[in-house]
Amino acid sequence: MSENLLEVRNLKKYFPITAGLLRRTVGHVKAVDDVSFTVKAGETLGIVGESGCGKSTTGRMIMRVLEPTSGQIVFDGQDITKLHGKELRAVRPKFQMVFQDPYASLNPKMGIEEIIAEPLIVNGVSRKQATERVVHLLERVGLRAEDRHRYPHEFSGGQRQRIGIARALALNPKLIVADEAVSALDVSIQSQILNLMMDLKKEFNLSYIFISHNLAVVRHISDRVGVMYLGHMVELADKRSLYANPRHPYTEALLSAAPEPKRQGRRERIILQGDVPSPANPPKGCPFHTRCPKVMDVCKVERPALKEVAPNHLVACHLYS
Amino acid sequence: MAEPLLAIKNLKTYFISKDAEVRAVDGIDIEVQPRQVVCIVGESGCGKSMTSLSIMRLVPKPKGKIVDGEIWFNGRDLLKLSEDEMTDVRGNEISMIFQEPMTALNPVLTIGEQITEVLLRHRKLTKRQALAKAIEMLQFVGVPRASEIVHEYPHQLSGGMRQRVMIAMAMVCEPKLLIADEPTTALDVTIQAQVLELMKKMREDFDTSIILITHDLGVVADMADHVVVMYAGQVVESTDADSLFAEPTHPYTKGLLASIPSLEEEKDVLYSIPGTVPDAAAFPQGCRFADRCPIAQPSCREKMPELREVKPGHFVRCDLV
Repeated sequence: MSENLLEVRNLKKYFPITAGLLRRTVGHVKAVDDVSFTVKAGETLGIVGESGCGKSTTGRMIMRVLEPTSGQIVFDGQDITKLHGKELRAVRPKFQMVFQDPYASLNPKMGIEEIIAEPLIVNGVSRKQATERVVHLLERVGLRAEDRHRYPHEFSGGQRQRIGIARALALNPKLIVADEAVSALDVSIQSQILNLMMDLKKEFNLSYIFISHNLAVVRHISDRVGVMYLGHMVELADKRSLYANPRHPYTEALLSAAPEPKRQGRRERIILQGDVPSPANPPKGCPFHTRCPKVMDVCKVERPALKEVAPNHLVACHLYS
Repeated sequence: MAEPLLAIKNLKTYFISKDAEVRAVDGIDIEVQPRQVVCIVGESGCGKSMTSLSIMRLVPKPKGKIVDGEIWFNGRDLLKLSEDEMTDVRGNEISMIFQEPMTALNPVLTIGEQITEVLLRHRKLTKRQALAKAIEMLQFVGVPRASEIVHEYPHQLSGGMRQRVMIAMAMVCEPKLLIADEPTTALDVTIQAQVLELMKKMREDFDTSIILITHDLGVVADMADHVVVMYAGQVVESTDADSLFAEPTHPYTKGLLASIPSLEEEKDVLYSIPGTVPDAAAFPQGCRFADRCPIAQPSCREKMPELREVKPGHFVRCDLV
């Protein structure tokens, strides 16, 4: 199992809901509820799902910026779930994050050089070496060395995302968690950034966890894809298998609902009724049963486990038991 | 062809400040036939939203100004109407829905108050009749518990429900033209599918024409009868939806379509349009796409190409195709 760069086991994050003067806990928002998966070295795992499905919370727990309620995160053979202080700082350089909003994730008062060099300086690299590295990184992400003297507001959204990527690469990480990294960009710029990320992956031997609501983008960049719904991983498979042969009714509906830019041979659309239930009060049994077109009696009482139904194709659905 | 419901002729909307003249919309012609869905597609800053605000005469003052052109709607030039006459048109004959329903709805008024406000302004109804009509409309757009929801506030609803409320408000006076500016961009795909179906139903049941502004070519393929592609304040391609997807002709349209990752087929490398959109305060003299165009010739940079008919009903602003 040493080929797994990351192993996530039974990860949970419950946010307490408090009420009254004493902030008594009256319930929990089960943002992530028992999620397990692995990421191999050099692999891109896509995580798709709609707002509130827990995909970002999962990413942030892996980055150790959010404390899991329970579960285990094993990175590069080391259990990092409980690391703190110095020990955590020692492993931090190996996993980095790229954010959605290139406007909010760069400090407007810092020059580009400072932004990209900051992680290097924190980790004890000399000023001179840091500058060399910044120049190299800027050129590598498609910007110019002179750009290091400019400020974030002087760049377009796509260019800012390149800066965010350069910063994430500064410490030679092994894993990058990209949370909706291209969602705020126009399509012509989105494809530039996707191509860049795929090139960098080869060049720097990176693994990605690519979190997005955009199914087509996830298909393009990922090797394997996990589908989340209401805090659960409902399907996890190689991308070809998942997109050609989705097994979970939610994945099927999601794929059919995403409009494809063509006029001929469009798929029949499955329109789900209603909204996603509140994660503060999730339905009993299968989390999807309230909207599932194929719901059975057992779905209302028993939560289906994520099981392998075909080689490397895991589904959590009673239809397959 | 029948008389168009809306005919925009040579519309120019500029933002004029002391030191710059930003040509947001720079001489566009668009026609909308009765019951037709026209999609205006383009990336950030192409002028698509400013076009819709110009039709409603809601261009932000004092900097924004319609400097030239005519907007013929139902036999009248909207640009020649007095402010009072225009108020009679808005919400009554032409309605608009926006991307972010939370900012478009008034947070301190109940849903019922906001919908009846439109009716009380444009129809001779008592408050009670207006409320009954509002409830009827909410039921029609698929809002459950409509008679209770009229007494609730926008924050109590989900994003998809808010967008339904917006549509109910826009449609309550049965306008001849509905302008929808990125109506589903903030919504999850399964909710987007619901709202797009609802808009189709509105067209069927009320014979409403729709101008749908979007950056998402998947939504365009799903909804459009006719498509207008905008780039840097101009129309670069205009044709029926089938021809646009079967024979995209302008290099920009082709580039956009090739940049989108597909749900159904594997693409190794996405095409990406190099560079970025030119600054609207300093457009180049010739073709505005020339700097990013794979087939540009020196002549493209000298003279602005005209929008010309390359096949019956298919207009393209490019001299090389």
